Amino acid sequence: MLRGLITTFKSLFEKPVTIQYPEQRRPVFERYRGRHELKRYDNGLEKCIGCALCAAACPSDAIFVEAAENTDDERYSPGERYASTYEINMLRCIYCGFCEDACPTEAIVLEKIYEMSYSDRHSAIFTKDMLLVKVPDGGQPTPQKTEPGLYTRSVPEMKDPTD
Amino acid sequence: MEKQVTLKIDGRSVTVPEGTLIVDAAKQLGIVIPVFCYHPKLKPAGMCRVCLVDVGRPQLDRASGAPVLNEDGTPKIVFGPKLETACTTPVSEGMVVWGATEKVMEARKEVLEFLLTSHPLDCPVCDKGGECPLQNLTMKFGPAESRFEFDEKSHNQKRVPLGELIILDRERCIHCGRCVRFQEQIVDDPVIGFYNRGRALEIRTYSDPGFDSIFSGNTTDICPVGALTTADFRFGARPWEMKDKASICTQCPVGCNITYNVRREARKDGRTVIKRVMPRQNEAVNEIWICDKGRFTYHYYESPERLTAPLIRRGDELVQTSWDEAIRYAAQQVKAAGSRLAMVTSGRLSNEDLFALKQLADVTGGKAILHGTISGGEAVSLAGMSPGSDLGTLAQGSTILVFACDLHEEAPIWWLRVKQAAERGATLIVVNPRTTRLDKFATHRLSYAYGNELDMLQTLQADTGDIGQAVKEAENLVFIFGSEGMGLSASAAVAEQLALWLERSGRRGKPSSGLIAVWQKGNEQGAWEIGYTTDERLAETISAAMGVYICAADPASEDPELKIALQRAGFMIVQDLFLTETAKLADVVLPAQAVMEREGTAVSGERRLQYYSPAVPAPAGTRPDYAIIRAIAEEAGIQLKGENTADLFEQLTDSVEVFKGITLKEVRAVREQKPALGRSHMYYGGTSYENREGLGVTLPLRAGALRSSAEHYQPQALTLESGSLLAVPITRLYDRGGTVATSGMLQQRIVRSLFSLHPADAELFQVKAGERISLRLDSREIEGEVDINIGQPQGVVLVTRSMGALLSAPVVVKLTVPQRSAVNS
Repeated sequence: MLRGLITTFKSLFEKPVTIQYPEQRRPVFERYRGRHELKRYDNGLEKCIGCALCAAACPSDAIFVEAAENTDDERYSPGERYASTYEINMLRCIYCGFCEDACPTEAIVLEKIYEMSYSDRHSAIFTKDMLLVKVPDGGQPTPQKTEPGLYTRSVPEMKDPTD
Repeated sequence: MEKQVTLKIDGRSVTVPEGTLIVDAAKQLGIVIPVFCYHPKLKPAGMCRVCLVDVGRPQLDRASGAPVLNEDGTPKIVFGPKLETACTTPVSEGMVVWGATEKVMEARKEVLEFLLTSHPLDCPVCDKGGECPLQNLTMKFGPAESRFEFDEKSHNQKRVPLGELIILDRERCIHCGRCVRFQEQIVDDPVIGFYNRGRALEIRTYSDPGFDSIFSGNTTDICPVGALTTADFRFGARPWEMKDKASICTQCPVGCNITYNVRREARKDGRTVIKRVMPRQNEAVNEIWICDKGRFTYHYYESPERLTAPLIRRGDELVQTSWDEAIRYAAQQVKAAGSRLAMVTSGRLSNEDLFALKQLADVTGGKAILHGTISGGEAVSLAGMSPGSDLGTLAQGSTILVFACDLHEEAPIWWLRVKQAAERGATLIVVNPRTTRLDKFATHRLSYAYGNELDMLQTLQADTGDIGQAVKEAENLVFIFGSEGMGLSASAAVAEQLALWLERSGRRGKPSSGLIAVWQKGNEQGAWEIGYTTDERLAETISAAMGVYICAADPASEDPELKIALQRAGFMIVQDLFLTETAKLADVVLPAQAVMEREGTAVSGERRLQYYSPAVPAPAGTRPDYAIIRAIAEEAGIQLKGENTADLFEQLTDSVEVFKGITLKEVRAVREQKPALGRSHMYYGGTSYENREGLGVTLPLRAGALRSSAEHYQPQALTLESGSLLAVPITRLYDRGGTVATSGMLQQRIVRSLFSLHPADAELFQVKAGERISLRLDSREIEGEVDINIGQPQGVVLVTRSMGALLSAPVVVKLTVPQRSAVNS
């Protein structure tokens, strides 16, 4: 019994493994895959072109995309096509990251957000406005009115992809 | 029989008819020789060079012509220094083809790399992505990387509308010319063409309005890349996201096989919606083509004007009510009327609906009437097309007579099939008072004056010259008749005359021979087979009846006399999709379901029984027509046979002679079709649908003696005074009738001018094209825009049907120009 108490006593002076969440947070790994974000270009245009390749790649059928046509008066993304509807059902998502791999414009990225809770199934569906990141400084919100002939390419030129 | 040629492809031996191209011979063996510009339905062009193969031919001794032999006794094969295109090279005896050698594969790879130098590679946003032959072939044969810089690619205009229906992407175009060749060779509408040459080559439209062809949608199907897209499907969905639902187009009597591509949409509140219509291959009906009316009118089903709740009359108004109340009220009336109930329907319904209504008519003793502008279905049942028929087999030695119709406007795919038969060598006789698009292909072209149809037929039958000879000696004899400038009784008389002529020449009951009526609706032939007949004195019948039950017909918007009769009717039950002119007069209006929302069968003008399945769920509050009929009958204490469509179909095959023994399984059976060019064939991917849902069954002919029209038809003599004209109703493809106007897409193509005059008459009355004129009939006036047409006879004003002009048969009218008389007075 005494030997047992010694163990207990010793562990009183050990550094605790638990942290005081949510006041304290542990950094996540660099390649951690959390909730998705839809990225924007510096000028505020959405990177997503509504190609639905993420939905095709998704093994759990969590993504739903509907596309529509851009005009220069009402432009959401470069090129002709943008996502008019973009929804991810987070209850279905298995965080495999295939959507990120499939994306031709690097628009969808699994970020580090892991704090998600839902009270019903419907609120687990994240819509486009919930997934889109904020407009960067100096950028304009979408839809934008743009110069004709400026944004003709849907898929940007990817220079030396690093990952 | 054609001469057969034996050759070797990739070491395997194959025997094919002389003149076959290497690609087709290889396809028989299952060997893939990729193609872009080649299409089995078009003449070869040899433009894309992707089908290059190594071709060797046996060397012949110059002096004797005998094959030179190798030392081991085999013929010596000489290969050309260059590769040859398999899509333009016909086979020859002893030919040796290598389709997968290193040299060939290298050539293919380079051709693909070259094609991609000016291709934008925007596959992620391209509508063809996923069903694209260029994608498929690049994945299979192409290089992984290009040696060209992206920036050096030629950048062209991305969004070029060729008219409001078809949009071109010049950057994606690989200059295969399939669209240009389709317009020129298949549909004789060369409204698009190449401009410039080399890398600057581009497709342009040369018509006003742009891409003015009723077959334009087909070019988007056969385009091997995403260069041509339809305006309504542009960026609509990715091909792999959509489900295929087989259906039948019911816009005209051809009965084209189609596939609805459907998917659920968030912006439509999660409903399943139709994204596009694609042709479904049926070589005996529509091959792989459909007209633009069939492709674009489907939008009517999502029109906000659709009825979704029953309406009942309260005083002057129609107010919404519950189904129970509406059915109860309708049933009371039906019961009260008993045998004095007139049931009026049209060819828009399926056989099952028509059968249910016919049962109701038989039990109550009421009248079941088919409403339409053309009659003569009985003659077609007795002497129409019989099992084994296919217009596609008519060639040299066969004769087709096209009488009193404009096939290009009334049944576009029949126009195409008849034109192709004529091009294959069939004798085509076109008989019409005015010029039509078929005249160009006619062997004999004859004209008569409106009203003289029967005299003309007598003259034709008595002919001992070329025409008489062509009919007499024809291997297969097809008579196609319409209702151009005729009322019901005249068209019935014409049908009977033609049927008798057919019998006299011994062709009645012969496959691919027979009488075809150009109906105005999809299933009018089905109604005739079930036992419906038209009624020349419909207005009188309605007036005499205690009440009218109208299913899917709109007589009030077609004939003023009928409108008056209906207004006077004791009570009126109407079931329809929209609040039509007729429905506005009704006591009860019951909302029905559209063809894409339900299943059923229909009989085409060629008497082919075909099945269609539901593509999208029906709007809440609507019911299929047969269910409404059943509910009313049940409430009235009448038990009808058949609870659902399958059951009704079984009951129909049990009780109606020509349907006897036919099962749905047979109707939905498929066979292999040639040429095989469905989606699963790598290099035809995305161009049309394989038929997995049935090719249909042609009904056997009804037994019985033909009637002679002389007994009951007396042509009405119309005398023209000076200053008066003969107004003649004709049918145009894009009118305001039924579903075209409500679909939205074809709005700009709807006929603008209601009337058409000969230039001499125009001069006489001093009217110009585009001016508004007014016609005075007995008691009323109709007003509309006028067009000048040199192809029509003098003294006649053509009036387009279904445009609100309310004219069902030729009448004498007086012409006035309202604006001018207003100015003068």
